[in-house]
Amino acid sequence: MKARFLIPALAVAVLFGFFWYALKGGDYDPQLIDSPLIGRPAPDISTVTLADAGRPLTSKQFLGKPFVVNFWGTWCVGCREEHPEFLAIAKETDVPIVGIDWKDDHPAAVAWLGQLGNPYDAVGVDDDGKIAIDWGVYGAPETFLVSAAGEVIHKHVGPMTVEAWRKDFVPRLAPGGGK
Amino acid sequence: MTAELGQIALILALCLTIAQAVFGLVGAARGWDNWMAVVRPATVGQAGFVVLAFLLLASAFLANDFSVQYVAMNSNSQLPTLYRVAAVWGAHEGSMLLWATILALWSCAVALLSRSLPLAFASRVLAVLGIISAGILLFILLTSNPFIRLVPAPFDGNDLNPLLQDPALAMHPPILYTGYVGFAVAFAFACAAMIEGRLDQAWARWTRPWTTVAWLFLTIGITLGSWWAYYELGWGGWWMWDPVENASFMPWLAGTALIHSLAVTEKRGLFRSWTLLLALFAFSLSLLGTFLVRSGIIVSVHAFASDPLRGVFILGLLALFILGALTLYAWRAGQLRSSAGFELWSRESFLLFNNILLVIAASLILLGTLYPLLLALMKLGTISVGPPYFQLVFLIPVIPLVTLLIVGMHAAWKRARLAPVKRRLVSIALAGVIAAVLLSLTFGGRPRTLVFVGLALAVAAMLSALSVPFDHLRRRVTIPRGVLGMSVAHFGVGLFTLGATVASAYQVERDVSLGMGQSANVAGYDFRLTDLRSVEGPNYAAREADVVITDAGGRVVTVLHPQKRVYRVQQQPMTEAGINVSWRRDLFVALGEDLGNGVWSLRLQYKPLIRYLWLGSLCMALGGLIAATDRRYRIALARERVDTDTVAERA
Repeated sequence: MKARFLIPALAVAVLFGFFWYALKGGDYDPQLIDSPLIGRPAPDISTVTLADAGRPLTSKQFLGKPFVVNFWGTWCVGCREEHPEFLAIAKETDVPIVGIDWKDDHPAAVAWLGQLGNPYDAVGVDDDGKIAIDWGVYGAPETFLVSAAGEVIHKHVGPMTVEAWRKDFVPRLAPGGGK
Repeated sequence: MTAELGQIALILALCLTIAQAVFGLVGAARGWDNWMAVVRPATVGQAGFVVLAFLLLASAFLANDFSVQYVAMNSNSQLPTLYRVAAVWGAHEGSMLLWATILALWSCAVALLSRSLPLAFASRVLAVLGIISAGILLFILLTSNPFIRLVPAPFDGNDLNPLLQDPALAMHPPILYTGYVGFAVAFAFACAAMIEGRLDQAWARWTRPWTTVAWLFLTIGITLGSWWAYYELGWGGWWMWDPVENASFMPWLAGTALIHSLAVTEKRGLFRSWTLLLALFAFSLSLLGTFLVRSGIIVSVHAFASDPLRGVFILGLLALFILGALTLYAWRAGQLRSSAGFELWSRESFLLFNNILLVIAASLILLGTLYPLLLALMKLGTISVGPPYFQLVFLIPVIPLVTLLIVGMHAAWKRARLAPVKRRLVSIALAGVIAAVLLSLTFGGRPRTLVFVGLALAVAAMLSALSVPFDHLRRRVTIPRGVLGMSVAHFGVGLFTLGATVASAYQVERDVSLGMGQSANVAGYDFRLTDLRSVEGPNYAAREADVVITDAGGRVVTVLHPQKRVYRVQQQPMTEAGINVSWRRDLFVALGEDLGNGVWSLRLQYKPLIRYLWLGSLCMALGGLIAATDRRYRIALARERVDTDTVAERA
């Protein structure tokens, strides 16, 4: 038996080891990927708005009250799925929802919001993906809840739902929530 | 009773698959003919029971038997009959049963069509298929049983996911699975040959038609999926690089590499260990696709069933099948020696590079699909991988791949000479460049290198593929089906490249808000909203628009009727686009939101040559069909004597 013919088996075994860890050992649930950011100050956002590239958008504008940050893109199927849910959420809350249009084509994004409706209080662009990297975004869509004190207190991975909003976000909005 | 009978049928099938595996392996190892004689009947029998279970589930759907939980979850008394059948595979449990049914049918086909193979070899092939079937049936019975009763039975069902209520998507899973699962046959042939230690050219010849047929189904399945996404998801894209799409595309790339490498192994006895590895990987990637979709390990819209227990079970099965086969490979491949050689300028080298490029493409896609997950697990931070990554890494191997195809079709085996085909190749290249210039001028816009390269390669590939049968005609020699199949499939590659390049580069897309009687212009066509009304479908209510399209000369081209549907039970809105098709372009209208005051948002698109992309894919599948029906696969295989010089040395 020549050693090099063992390489495929070993490579696959390592891969399966990862999968096993993901499913079992790591207590891994893709919906609940641990964010090292939870409980830490929200990373700064400093960009411009989608509607007007001359208008700055920074996270400082929203500090003092809780707000939601949602990473999306027109290329992302899950974002399309969650879009009506966000429209519904926007109707039932006054917590500002900040959309970050991630690595996207600007006209397509404007068109998308025009066609499907706009649940966001503000939409910033993240053309080079730097904001997403700062926030540790793993894949669109991802949604963060930032407390009045400016700390990230919750992260939702995958398409957002009204149910998740009521179950995971609303309780954390109460004073002392999210601890 | 149907549910209970279905359950019993599955259990009986499981027992028979175990018999199929044990009698096959032990009988062949010991040379006991009476044991091996059990294998074929066991295979046909298990296939019968699995098909029976499938039909029983289908009949529960047709009879609206909502006391069966799976039926209640995925059907409704208002659901049209066609979709009640499609609902059988509309969710996890049923689609696994479909997977098992298709595997049973493939196994049955192998059992019936392998009479000319040596008995021991055929027994081992069926035994390996038996092991796979047993694993999948156990998985269904233990974690995903579609026959579980619901007490008390609900009055009506939850309805089928509206996204799946579409003719193309109703056909998509059976065809796609036929392709996926068909690679199990190549896998089983490879495993049987390795167990036997007889890795000769005959093995490659037996495997080839099965692989080609599986590949052509996979090609059609992926094409249907892409077509469906285009008109049903409502935004006119045809490939999203979604993890589930990638899961079907990776086995396709490995399978494409495999059918090319099998050609070399069959004709020249070369690349044997490589071909084996590809046969193992094509099916492994299919299984991995199932795993990724079923385990919920990667979040995707397509992943409609995620359950960690199922994930662990599938992972165990995968480890057993794939690691088992690869260990066997590590043991046997080392014993292979290649005697034949070839020169750099030969068909062998072209096919070698083809294989390398296809494997690179598949690996980069696999990497992109798994990378975010692996990094997150290793706590190395997180990264995003989206369509921009896939588009880039896919183009890198594909451009040289199409270039090689244009030249490689004219290279002979072993040692080719450039001189006789030089003139032909130069004229093909020239024609490609001229056509690219003309096409760029026709479509206008600012010139882009990548688009120009795409156009030139597409036209050159089509011409190069056409020149092969024409050359045979000119020399008055009959063209073998294998060669004809190759040129049809490669013509399809060119057609696909043309459609994909033009549609991506020259599409025009506008999102507009129109009131009644207002119009908007897209690429010289005038789209006017003339009417809006409510219509009722069997299980949905819709708003339907009339959009009159006139061309630059003021002539009416067509009236499209895009719909915005709301399905009653699940209250999910769906876009049903209106599309006008012609050989030059598609005109596409999707109805968006009601903006109030009678104004609606609409998405208007002009997609030039987009049909050629699917037509090209179907051409590839047709080429596969022509090649798979080559006469030489039908001659009595038993009479073939094994080339002793290529037989592996027994350890």
